[in-house]
Amino acid sequence: MCLAVPVKIVFIDGDEAETEIAGVRRRVSIALTPEAKLGDYVLLHTGYAIGVIDEAEAEETLKLLEEIASLSEVY
Amino acid sequence: MKFIDEYRDSELARGLAYKIAKRSTKTIRLMEFCGGHTHAILRYGIRQLVPKTVEMRSGPGCPVCVTATADLDKAIALAHLPDVIITTFGDMTRVPGSYSSLQQAKAEGADVRIVYSTIDAVEMAQANPGKSVIFAGIGFETTAPTIAASIIKARRDKIKNFYVLSLNKLTPPVMKVLLDSGELKLDGIIGPGHVSVIIGSHPYEFIPKDYGVACVISGFEPLDILLCIDKLVEQIEKGEPKVEIAYPRGVKPAGNRKAWQLTERVFEIGEANWRGIGIVPQSGLKVREKYERFDADKAFSVTLKPPKEPKGCRCGDVIRGAAMPLECKLFRKVCTPESPVGPCMVSSEGACAAYYQYGTLENLQVF
Amino acid sequence: MDESILLAHGSGGKLSHELVEKKFLPFLANPALNKLDDSAIFEASGRLAFTTDSYVVNPIFFPGGDIGKLAVCGTVNDLAMNGAKPLYLSLAAIIEEGFLLSELEQIVQSIKKAAEEAEVSIIAGDTKVVNRGQADKLFITTSGVGIISPGVDISGANARAGDKVLLSGTIGDHGIAIMSQREGLKFSMTLESDCAPLNKLVSQMLEVSSSIHCLRDPTRGGLATTLNELARQSEVGIVVEEAQIPVKEEVKAACELLGLDPIYVANEGKVVVVVDPADANKILARMRKNRYGRDAAIIGEVTKEHPGKVVMKTKLGPSRIVDMLSGELLPRIC
Repeated sequence: MCLAVPVKIVFIDGDEAETEIAGVRRRVSIALTPEAKLGDYVLLHTGYAIGVIDEAEAEETLKLLEEIASLSEVY
Repeated sequence: MKFIDEYRDSELARGLAYKIAKRSTKTIRLMEFCGGHTHAILRYGIRQLVPKTVEMRSGPGCPVCVTATADLDKAIALAHLPDVIITTFGDMTRVPGSYSSLQQAKAEGADVRIVYSTIDAVEMAQANPGKSVIFAGIGFETTAPTIAASIIKARRDKIKNFYVLSLNKLTPPVMKVLLDSGELKLDGIIGPGHVSVIIGSHPYEFIPKDYGVACVISGFEPLDILLCIDKLVEQIEKGEPKVEIAYPRGVKPAGNRKAWQLTERVFEIGEANWRGIGIVPQSGLKVREKYERFDADKAFSVTLKPPKEPKGCRCGDVIRGAAMPLECKLFRKVCTPESPVGPCMVSSEGACAAYYQYGTLENLQVF
Repeated sequence: MDESILLAHGSGGKLSHELVEKKFLPFLANPALNKLDDSAIFEASGRLAFTTDSYVVNPIFFPGGDIGKLAVCGTVNDLAMNGAKPLYLSLAAIIEEGFLLSELEQIVQSIKKAAEEAEVSIIAGDTKVVNRGQADKLFITTSGVGIISPGVDISGANARAGDKVLLSGTIGDHGIAIMSQREGLKFSMTLESDCAPLNKLVSQMLEVSSSIHCLRDPTRGGLATTLNELARQSEVGIVVEEAQIPVKEEVKAACELLGLDPIYVANEGKVVVVVDPADANKILARMRKNRYGRDAAIIGEVTKEHPGKVVMKTKLGPSRIVDMLSGELLPRIC
């Protein structure tokens, strides 16, 4: 239900895509994410891409976390 | 690994832990709905990074754990039918049903196979035209679209021997049941991140609105979970519960429309039988009439003996968060991963299995 | 000879003799085996180590090796883990009717290569053939005998508080390489099993230090299970640092995809070393000079706290208990 791993699309073939994560390749179905493009990162769950990762949001989240860390007196 | 490693940074974790500890003044109780969150919380030692004022309980988000014994008995009975191959995700095979288990059925000669995707089950049907391949469809809204997509593909490819035993369940309805029961006074819910990739955040609006409980949707990396707890603490301290997304790189408020449309094409909402809870209306998915030739319930009939629950098993209580695994008398003494009594110990998402595997060291609080 | 194994190959008659003489002897030849007596005779004096293991791995051919290589390395390593120099192996094969002779040849070649690298001789053997369906292609059992030099006392019960814990290299390679071949998992990678004979690595370590207390190879159940075994046997606690445990990127990625933790995944060419702290750096340096110890690291230490338990300081910060593998290592979906 919950295990979904970010993988990068390196090749698109109809409603399937060849994806890659740290040198491991896996063929997945993009039937649920037809908008996915070459180079996009998608969340892979039981052989299907269930969503495209929003890289801008990912950046924002990291920036927020860094801000929180810099404000803490741990540094 | 991109979008994984960055969210495991220890400095950023300490920063969040510090902030949460400073902000949290009152004792609050949070429930992580999803079994994947229970697993991550224990594996990464999240409890040691949050102050003692934040109490955490596991919820019913483990698809194997909430599958009713009667439904498991049905799957086992189907496995024994001639020329049937039952396919399922791994954990299901070891859960004890009333009288047997799928693993036991396999040892007795039934054809039970573990698959990692419904695609495998469809391909198995193509490769075995003389057999009926039944996929035991457990899971929540994350998995439902994948099963729907497989049925649509099977129809397109004119595959006649692929069936689905629809045991898929829905998240918001069972959350409502838990909140209605008043069994646990919850202040906040750690929302299931990947279910929400599909359904978005709107379906959870009733939680703050009708119950005054905070709901923040979380990803599965440790920083995601800490960020979620940070936002929950913030909301609760302010007394302003609402639905928030703490996993914006994966979850959009509207969710994945295409995926849900596909799901609604194949499935309709009906009642479902939840272990430990009972029948909950409008909480499960049934195959629509249009696709009924893929429905294992319509294609096969089996007679079942009355279901029985294992004696002393408190899985039902654990699933509802009403008991911690350590409070079950069987935990570790009788019930272990090698000889599980109930599903919570079998499934890797089950709370009991997670507690058994990862344990806790009480004296290692960071703040 | 025919293309596949027949029941007659196991009946003791002409075909059996042909099988041994054409498919085994030419490759494993040594004076004792060549005699083809009912038992092999050898002389040895001193403390002997003796071990046995069966190999039923599926698939029998995998990236980086096969069941033959595994059978030799596994038994050689078991002997090395007690500080013994492996001398002789026996090899018993149970073959399923219909098994391809060409595949059998390939496996015997692997056995030959592995035995040559480990410098051991296979001096006794047996083959049986069972009906189709009664064995999963090929099962191999190897027993091995080795000799322990005087003064060497290595055992899982010898760990002492203060000892350092070393690991010879990356974990999870073998288990993931095997899983990548399993039907349905469908991921591809360049990763190979780490299957290797470690006896030379061990003897090199013994040359530089006489304070090695424990050696153990983390096979099924992974590093976590092995550390727990040592902690229990020696009645000590072990603390390891996750950040120090070497894991290949591909293994990390595959573990993410399968929902597995690398510390529970099988290895077939790694050794855990528990040694007096004074010699830790010396051992580390020596290991790194051997091709099978290139990525060696000091991963933790032995403590008198929490005896019998293993604690890991995670990369994230908190520490947690690391238990033995419980249940089976099944890929997760959740």
